[in-house]
Amino acid sequence: MNSKWRKDFTYGLKRGLPIALGYVPVSFTFGLMAVSGGIPVWMAVFISLSNLTSAGQFAGTNLIINGAGFLEITLTTFIINIRYLLMSLSMTQRLDQKMNLPKRLLIGYGVTDEIFTVASMEQGTLTFPYLTGLILGPVLGWTSGTALGAVICSTLPESLSSAMGIALYGMFIAIILPAARKSKPVIIIIAISVVVVCILKYIPLFNFISSGFRIIIATIIGAGIGALLFPVEENI
Amino acid sequence: MNIKYAFIAVILMAVVTYIPRVLPIVIFRKEIKSKYIKSFLKYVPFAVLGALTFPDILYSTGDMTTAICGTVAAIILAYRGKSLTVVALGAICTVFAAGLIF
Repeated sequence: MNSKWRKDFTYGLKRGLPIALGYVPVSFTFGLMAVSGGIPVWMAVFISLSNLTSAGQFAGTNLIINGAGFLEITLTTFIINIRYLLMSLSMTQRLDQKMNLPKRLLIGYGVTDEIFTVASMEQGTLTFPYLTGLILGPVLGWTSGTALGAVICSTLPESLSSAMGIALYGMFIAIILPAARKSKPVIIIIAISVVVVCILKYIPLFNFISSGFRIIIATIIGAGIGALLFPVEENI
Repeated sequence: MNIKYAFIAVILMAVVTYIPRVLPIVIFRKEIKSKYIKSFLKYVPFAVLGALTFPDILYSTGDMTTAICGTVAAIILAYRGKSLTVVALGAICTVFAAGLIF
């Protein structure tokens, strides 16, 4: 390990620290909600370590708790996470060209909204040591926060756990509402997708559609209409 | 909770989370040009989270009255720009308190 490696790595670690700290309370809440839904502590931690994402793993875990089918879980998670394509595409233009395949496979694991944002603000090429350092802290923050929330939840009294059922939805509201406040298209898209999901849920004609597929259909209609009416000008 | 079922589901989730992240980095390096696809991808998370939240949040506590109280609390906190954790914990506490009253 030469000094350039160490310098890049340390710099990456430093840049990742605020992300790591920001992840702790969010993953803590995730740990709480997963365990209150019946997921074992170790599996909650495993979900965070293997998925390393917010909305996708929240939605997937929610579906697991509701006992949804594998196809619904896979499709829903995939649809939520497909946006990472754009981030990775943009990041790959800036990667060190000499980086080999195993290193690229490793870096791909760490592309989250926040890590992408920080990396894209850097000047020059993104080296492997830098990205390793940048990704390491957030991974630790995300998994340890989950572990903490999961362990604490398993010690909480029964009376609190039914109240905990709302935690995940509270987090969803916290993600979408600030964006909806700032953007009329986002409000309209959320409204369309909620209306579609309600139609599919409450009109008996559509009873054959399972809950996971209701979400998928509503998403495609909502985002599809939104993209037609309000094409985005700038890059993400 | 069926552990085998949950474990397989988590692995599937991990795979479909990893694929869109890693594909552009190892193979597919062309920029997406279509403005429609870009916009669609940008709007997807909001559409998904909206559909996941409503109306299911109303059934999340086993009692619709407490759930409505929690929902209102979450909306107020989120509207004021509070963090994810504050919104979630605020909703939990509200549901818990409402459960004691009603």
